[in-house]
Amino acid sequence: MPVTMPAPDAGLVSRRDEIVAGLRAIVPGEGVIASEPEMRPYESDGLTAYRQLPMVVVLPSTTDQAAQVLRYCHERGIKVVPRGAGTSLSGGALPLADGVLLGMAKFNRILDIDFDNRAVVAQPGVTNLGITEAVEHAGFYYAPDPSSQIACTIGGNVAENSGGVHCLKYGMTANNLLGLEMVLISGDIIRLGGKHLDSDGYDLLGLMTGSEGLLGVITEITVRILKRPQTARAVLIGFASSEAAGDCVAKIIGAGIIPGGMEMMDGPAIRATEEFVHAGYPLDVEALLIVELDGPQAEVDHLLERVSAIAQGCGAANLRVSNSEQERLTFWAGRKAAFPAVGRISPDYYCMDGTIPRGKLPLVLARMREMSASYGLRVANVFHAGDGNLHPLILYDANTPGELERAEAFGADILKLCVEVGGVLTGEHGVGVEKRDLMPEMFNEIDLAQQQRVKCAFDDQGLLNPGKVFPTLHRCAELGRMHVRGGRLPFPDIPRF
Amino acid sequence: MVDRFTPRDQKDVAAAVEWALAGGKTLEIVGGGSKREIGRAAQWDLTLDLSGLSGVTLYEPEELVLSAKAGTPLAEIEELVASRDQELAFEPMDYGPVLGRSMGRGTLGGALATNLSGPRRIKAGAARDHFLGVSAVSGRAEVFKSGGRVVKNVTGYDLCKLLAGSWGTLAAMTEVTIKVLPRAPAEESLLVLGLDDRNAVAAMAAAVGSSSDVSGAAHLPANIAARMLGAAAAGSAITAFRLEGVPPSIAQRKAMLERLLEPDGVMLTIGEAGSRALWQAVRDATAFAATDGAGRPLWRVSTAPTLGPQVAAEIAAEVEADLFYDWAGGLIWIALPPLEDAGAALVRGAVRSAGGHATLVRAPASVRAAIDVFEPQPEALAALTRRVKESFDPKRILGPGRMYAGV
Repeated sequence: MPVTMPAPDAGLVSRRDEIVAGLRAIVPGEGVIASEPEMRPYESDGLTAYRQLPMVVVLPSTTDQAAQVLRYCHERGIKVVPRGAGTSLSGGALPLADGVLLGMAKFNRILDIDFDNRAVVAQPGVTNLGITEAVEHAGFYYAPDPSSQIACTIGGNVAENSGGVHCLKYGMTANNLLGLEMVLISGDIIRLGGKHLDSDGYDLLGLMTGSEGLLGVITEITVRILKRPQTARAVLIGFASSEAAGDCVAKIIGAGIIPGGMEMMDGPAIRATEEFVHAGYPLDVEALLIVELDGPQAEVDHLLERVSAIAQGCGAANLRVSNSEQERLTFWAGRKAAFPAVGRISPDYYCMDGTIPRGKLPLVLARMREMSASYGLRVANVFHAGDGNLHPLILYDANTPGELERAEAFGADILKLCVEVGGVLTGEHGVGVEKRDLMPEMFNEIDLAQQQRVKCAFDDQGLLNPGKVFPTLHRCAELGRMHVRGGRLPFPDIPRF
Repeated sequence: MVDRFTPRDQKDVAAAVEWALAGGKTLEIVGGGSKREIGRAAQWDLTLDLSGLSGVTLYEPEELVLSAKAGTPLAEIEELVASRDQELAFEPMDYGPVLGRSMGRGTLGGALATNLSGPRRIKAGAARDHFLGVSAVSGRAEVFKSGGRVVKNVTGYDLCKLLAGSWGTLAAMTEVTIKVLPRAPAEESLLVLGLDDRNAVAAMAAAVGSSSDVSGAAHLPANIAARMLGAAAAGSAITAFRLEGVPPSIAQRKAMLERLLEPDGVMLTIGEAGSRALWQAVRDATAFAATDGAGRPLWRVSTAPTLGPQVAAEIAAEVEADLFYDWAGGLIWIALPPLEDAGAALVRGAVRSAGGHATLVRAPASVRAAIDVFEPQPEALAALTRRVKESFDPKRILGPGRMYAGV
């Protein structure tokens, strides 16, 4: 099911030289990239199955330049695709042949570190890890930690509402964001929030988080930082079945314990990672849990004992508690290398990102095994067990004709299954191009029309990142139409007084 | 006479909105009516009372999730989750005391629509951070949903966030899903006596910036402390820190906090019962409880925590202001004398120079009709706000004017 992008506007493409010149007048020098070889690095993001050269790449370095570029495009009806580091796994930054690719890489400075107010103000091109690195000398860190944190930018994190392995306890980007400055497609500059809590008026800060570059271009971000917990210890627990592991997860949470991280891997994922990094994972189990507890030493020790007792009660096949920081990191080394480890046992893999109610895990894994057999493709599972976010990795070979298509169909079936059991299409990777056409699995036409009307409030011509998130593009005028039915009271039996 | 609709289900709500839409009538959306006097004093044609949409529809403690019809009393939900040792971690305040009403009248929908929170806001977030999914009727009389029942979800725009804090001006929520969390098995509070505002805010910054993981940090100047704690305050200002968790953790963090705050002076600890009472009083701003249904103008200011004392001093230099700080200094409750503009010019000026926003929580209707109750917005943001309003409610029939004129 290849996703098709909106057909390029030949009229715009024919005016390319004029547009490039217009942009050069706003962003001088190397800030405008128009030659094919130099644009090549921008042709795709982390979802490499989709590639498209943009019409031109613009790299502004100030908010004022970004505003001028957007105003220029708005006045001429030119589409704009914003891009951070290009690590999206859903094609959120896939360029358009008739669109400007607006790269935010030059916005790479940290503007203010305010320990007393526990806030950092950064430009959107600063990497996620860059924020933690800027404050760790004082014992602070920025909590959301997506796997791509060495490369992904904080601006991209806001656009995608990125998570990580510590979401259950520390929240996603939305819960750690205090303020931002953004530019609308009209060129208007808007500031939301700040170092205080709760933005006033409608929660546009919350709306912007996870809006996938369709509403505005973020030019400055204020995030909350936290003091590092005094201690963190992890326990590695093997189970003979995913049912037993899932039961253990439910009992830990049911006992009132919210671990800093709680990750699960299935048999194929365990064996692939163990062969790769030799983290000491047991090979004779079908499910492995890593439960990390963080906080004061006394609390961590106390809760570790309780978690261990619960795990034993759930029939753990083996259990190891980290006794040093080195050992804790070794436990994590396998999990963190799970994707590349799977990459070693298969020419290609396709990473999915559904979320399910935790209790449905055994059912979903069983159904996935059946699908794996019927599609003839292997699958390995890593699972943010604490928050129900599942990352099945479908193994395939792009050089075998038809396998990519089969992998995509398999993936779509998995996501439909997630929705069927009460979950959602994407937990942290975003809809982008990849899951766009699956949106009707979760939302009806009215739901999607309401979302698109919100989009129209920000972008009346639909110029910002079109072709992403929404399966069908509607004109704002069409969406705004109302059919008011007659003025009679349709429910005379409703109590009124 | 104001007419009132009391729908029984979502279909009724949609029918009521459709009827209002066709007849060009405006609707005030209420749940328990516990916060009705907050907002601009606009006039609406009819009241859409959602209290008939009541009942928990799903509660799975192991999944940390609860769904309920929007008009379900908050008290009922809090009691239910407490029976499984869980809680609404955002600690929704009860506006009963400051508005001169009885307590416990709020609904879950109302808590979300007004984005309530409490002292634990600094650690656990506000209502919006726990709002997972919604089904609602827009001002177009269309039933729509957003979000889901899982914690981690980025599928489509997060319209829950938009509805949180929209004060019934975008849509009538009919059913909502929230995240619930385990309740700490124990709590204690550490009090430091006699600090002035600036030293108190510095102490609170040190505490929330340490790994002592406090879940409440408030400063009560002497007159307020006397009102909240009576003789126990011994005439001193009180800076309070709440520690929640398992007992061994509380003991260790208390020791950590005591070492940190030792240079600041006299300290004392209060146990579970006293601690609960204190933080509930802070949460509900009972020091400013209305008497006889009226009271002095009351402002709620959110600013950067370290700038709290500056904002307070700027106001107190001009008029007699009673105030206290929550959120480590970032939330200031300020009661002012009955000035003509309820002190708006003064408060807004002070907040503008520090950054943040101020809401006039309590004032006579005549004042709330004449001045902005919520923080006025710069033009580009105000225009965006109007367009967002229109995207849900193009004919402006849902509580128009409650937040901003024309919205």
